[in-house]
Amino acid sequence: MTAEEIEREVIALLAQHVRNGHVPGPETRVMADTGMDSVAVMDFVLDLEEALDIDIPLDRLAEARTVADVVREVAGLTAPGGDGKETTA
Amino acid sequence: MSIRDRIAAADEAYGALRALGRDPSALEFGAVSSPTEALLEGRPVTLFGTNNYLGLTFDPACLEAAAAGARGFGAGTTGSRIANGSYAGHGALEREIAAFYGKAGAIVFSTGYVANLGMITALAGRGDRILIDADSHASIYDACRMAEAETLRFRHNDPANLARRLERLRETPGIKLVIVEGLYSMLGDRAPLAEFADVVREAGEDVHLMVDEAHSLGVLGETGRGLAEEAGVEADVDFVVGTFSKSVGTVGGFCVSDIEGFDRLRLLSRPYMFTASMTPGAVESARAAFAAMQARPELRARLWRNATRLHGGVRALGLGTGPEASPVVAVKLPDPETAVRVWNRLIDEGVYTNIALPPATPNGLSLLRVSVSAAHEDAQIDRALDTLAAIGAEFGLVAPDARPRPRRRAALRVVIGDRDPSEGATGRRAPPPTGRAAPKG
Repeated sequence: MTAEEIEREVIALLAQHVRNGHVPGPETRVMADTGMDSVAVMDFVLDLEEALDIDIPLDRLAEARTVADVVREVAGLTAPGGDGKETTA
Repeated sequence: MSIRDRIAAADEAYGALRALGRDPSALEFGAVSSPTEALLEGRPVTLFGTNNYLGLTFDPACLEAAAAGARGFGAGTTGSRIANGSYAGHGALEREIAAFYGKAGAIVFSTGYVANLGMITALAGRGDRILIDADSHASIYDACRMAEAETLRFRHNDPANLARRLERLRETPGIKLVIVEGLYSMLGDRAPLAEFADVVREAGEDVHLMVDEAHSLGVLGETGRGLAEEAGVEADVDFVVGTFSKSVGTVGGFCVSDIEGFDRLRLLSRPYMFTASMTPGAVESARAAFAAMQARPELRARLWRNATRLHGGVRALGLGTGPEASPVVAVKLPDPETAVRVWNRLIDEGVYTNIALPPATPNGLSLLRVSVSAAHEDAQIDRALDTLAAIGAEFGLVAPDARPRPRRRAALRVVIGDRDPSEGATGRRAPPPTGRAAPKG
């Protein structure tokens, strides 16, 4: 899956979760711009895992502020041999 | 961020709640006279916000055991069992709990929170995987962080979602520990445990199942062993963890298991090794409570009768609640502000419940968490429902004529006020005031 495909998926899913009418894009800050609380973000991650058929370990996205950050982390998890296990912080 | 900033952030988070009335995080009961009655702000309240499911906090045998434990072994142990030694009661309690569950071994911990930290960190570490229900208690989340294992969440009560994740991990080496709860504390719903057990069994020998029966011990199952007993899957559950601070009516936690070498896990568990052990009073009180739980199944029957009465009453008011009767009846309210206002009004009228707001609740729900005990009398439950109906009507949430009887608050107050305060709600005499005056932990 390419980064562009991941980005499309992330933005489409995020659009279903925003609580304040914000239209998400690559620079959207996942919490600050969307009106979502921490639990809502975790629910968004559950949906993302399902859509992409991957596992995103807890706290893996702790440092991800923007959609672009999320896409970068997810791309790392979905790259061949790049399940991120070796790079887990 | 400075410490001042951190405190300011906490103030901001709670400030909005405080502005609407009481601070839910800072209530102080001036006196507690029975499992169901206390003084708050100098006025009597009926307690519908505890986890005292079997009403054993004032059970005469538990109180006497606690006092005897303290007199015999002292008020505290002043150290950990590894560094400073166990007392006879710790081992006796472990043997009795293992026998109760029909398991080979038991380990007790200082609290239920510590039991989860202690067991989860002993069982999994770096390079392992812990798979937890998304609605897991904070102690499970905290334990996963402390364990440094990779933690994956599966959708709440969704065995198929767990199965997909385990399938993706099929070729991944390392321990896989699956954790679910028996009864979820906010909505009172139970896990589909037989289905989870099937998924775990089929996933292979390196996948283990832990069930946190904190809210289901003494509540579910023919003999009160919890959801695993009710679902008939005790043999499939590798580890049962639980707490003494709910049905057992004191404080402490435990884990039971049949796995070989279970006892040695103590040495892998920092939360076991580096905190003071259960006090002798808590140990002896827990032993008496486990004995009572087994000797008096009528407590569980009464709890369920009360749960059904309360749940049915809330439903009849037209308020949103969980699908099945449970000792925890969650009343869904439209938004946090309404929830806080209703909660405050209930206390004004002598009914103490809990409030649970996002982000501490699933699906962004604003809830009143109303919990019931075997010790509640029908009149107490009916009065709480009358009060909830009247206050619900004030907020336009309940039809004014939702309760069949007119509200008779003044009359009911007199009835409760006239009761002999030394008589427990179960009708048994509570012990003399010296026992009841013990400070609350």
